Amino acid sequence: MGIDRRKFLTIAGLTTLTTLGKTVLGSSPAGHDPIETGSQAVKRLAMAIDMQKCRQNEGCVECTKICHKIHNVPDIGNSKEEIKWIWKENFEAAFPNQHHDLLEDEIKNNQVVVLCNHCDDPPCVKVCPTQSTWKRESDGIVMMDMHRCIGCRYCVAGCPYGSRNFNFRDPRPFIKETNPEYPTRTKGVVEKCNFCAERLADGLLPACVDICPEKALIFGNINDPKSEIRQILKSRHSIRRKPILGTNPQIYYLV
Amino acid sequence: MLEKAITGDKRYWGWIAFVLMLIGTGAIAYLRQLDQGLTVTGLSRDVSWGFYIAQFTFLVGVAASAVMVVLPYYLHNFKAFSKLTILGEFLAVPSVIMCMLFIVVDMGQPFRVQNVMLYPSLNSPMFWDMMSLSGYLFLNVVIGYMVLSSEKKGIAPPKWIKPFIIISIPWAISIHTVTAFLYSGLAARPFWMTAVLAPRFLASAFAAGPALLILIIFLMRKLTRFDAGKEAIQKLAVIATYAMCINVFLVLMEVFTTFYSGMPEHMHHFEFLYVGLHGNNTLVPWMWLSSALAVVALVLLLTPKFRKKEVILGFACIAVFVSIWIDKGLGMIVAGFTPSQMGEVVDYWPTLNEFMVSIMVWGIGLLIMSLLYKIIFTVRGETKPALEAKEDKKELTVPSN
Ligand code: SF4
Ligand code: SF4
Repeated sequence: MGIDRRKFLTIAGLTTLTTLGKTVLGSSPAGHDPIETGSQAVKRLAMAIDMQKCRQNEGCVECTKICHKIHNVPDIGNSKEEIKWIWKENFEAAFPNQHHDLLEDEIKNNQVVVLCNHCDDPPCVKVCPTQSTWKRESDGIVMMDMHRCIGCRYCVAGCPYGSRNFNFRDPRPFIKETNPEYPTRTKGVVEKCNFCAERLADGLLPACVDICPEKALIFGNINDPKSEIRQILKSRHSIRRKPILGTNPQIYYLV
Repeated sequence: MLEKAITGDKRYWGWIAFVLMLIGTGAIAYLRQLDQGLTVTGLSRDVSWGFYIAQFTFLVGVAASAVMVVLPYYLHNFKAFSKLTILGEFLAVPSVIMCMLFIVVDMGQPFRVQNVMLYPSLNSPMFWDMMSLSGYLFLNVVIGYMVLSSEKKGIAPPKWIKPFIIISIPWAISIHTVTAFLYSGLAARPFWMTAVLAPRFLASAFAAGPALLILIIFLMRKLTRFDAGKEAIQKLAVIATYAMCINVFLVLMEVFTTFYSGMPEHMHHFEFLYVGLHGNNTLVPWMWLSSALAVVALVLLLTPKFRKKEVILGFACIAVFVSIWIDKGLGMIVAGFTPSQMGEVVDYWPTLNEFMVSIMVWGIGLLIMSLLYKIIFTVRGETKPALEAKEDKKELTVPSN
């Protein structure tokens, strides 16, 4: 992200010199739409959530369960200090701008799965004073270094989706069964969904995608026109959370 | 010169002991926070910044307000402020130190604070804020020290200090501007994302700072032989008056834009502050108190007859200071987080522990300020032992200490 921005500033600066600011007011020349501007060779991982399928199974929390289990996410049992990587929210809470009173009951009254959007222009990355959170060049995942994080919570203020969690206390006593394969965290750092970067490295899909009994989660490289996720986004209407903020979220909701 | 801070009478030492006690008590609360984590505060995943960050914001304003005595004296040669500039600079020093401490006590991992320097992130306003605050601290320490030590020797300050003083003027503006950028650059928080935030911060700072300085002058006149003079006090009062007018004006601009445009995302935050939201009224009485004090202060300050009466001026200054403290030190930060991203209102109020930790930081600021002011008044031969006038005279005859 830092590179993107610097690149953007350089390009914007140069163009300003020659064309007197034509591009400054226009859209940014570097990397807003990964499909149009990103090189096809660069991977951009994204997820589509089929809300129709998901709501068939009301009350299902399989994705939350498996994710929190394998990632040693503590169960603090206190809504103020709760740590959540993937969970269900009311439609209105997740999509405040799309909600209205006359919306189909089916949509309005059901919950939707939310998680970090792995934004292509992530404000959390932009504000972090220690580069403890960054966008991975190779596939666009927004990563987190819990050993460097100073716990200033600027990223929590910057994320428009409530995706980031702060460890208000030592999480270890609140982990029911520690998974030795994945690190636990200390108090005072921020954590969030990592798109299962550790599983991807082993050639596996994210755990939530794997476990979903309705096969409602579709994961893949959005820069590959032949990928399943690209195909489905082509054929179905999709929305994203608060796209107006310019974060370019990479979780697509199929209505 | 520095040794002047450790020579003093009983009253002085009594005060220092009291402040040390405050710091000590607060330190116990901080140790508890270090041990258990920020769970000892009232903060939550939705209201993730609170009292600490609000105090930081308010104090950046106090620090920046030193410019309100430095600028008239050095740029406009306003002689009546000649004795006040060091007071302003030595008010800025403890304020900046408190700002930094409030940031540190707010961190989940304070022992990693060096990471900000190890991995400088030019994208982050927090990096720039640290830069500008440390620079401002450095400037004020150097300027204050050089000017005072020259005064002690009875010579003019060295020429090379002048550029530092000139730079400190825009630098003061910059610290509060960058602090506003911390908030106003966040698309996620409509309450803060307003271009008027930095100007508003500056206006409120330039009202609260001089108001505080007037109160300090009144207090010092009681405790020492220092007298700033009527002209200086009245000029400060006028500065505070103008700044307070601009501050209130800017707040009203916000209110109009928010409510006439009628965008719910913007309105909810104001509703939370002034009428309550989803049944939560935590800050409502405070915000109305702040507004009422602002009105009272404006009436008192804008009427020359009142402003010129020192007792009334004192009340007006207290009203200005408290009004702005509530606005910035209680409302501003929490309202940015309420309602949350999911539209919920999550209650926040600082816990006793949080408050005690804040007392520790305020105590450290008070201690540094007391030491610095003691140096100023001793160097100037303006200390006033509590006992008798005889001793007064004795000290007068040895002004060279
Ligand atoms: S959803 Fe929030 S945490 Fe995730 S990348 Fe976007 S801004 Fe960052
Ligand atoms: S809390 Fe950690 S990840 Fe978040 S902005 Fe601060 S240092 Fe960066």
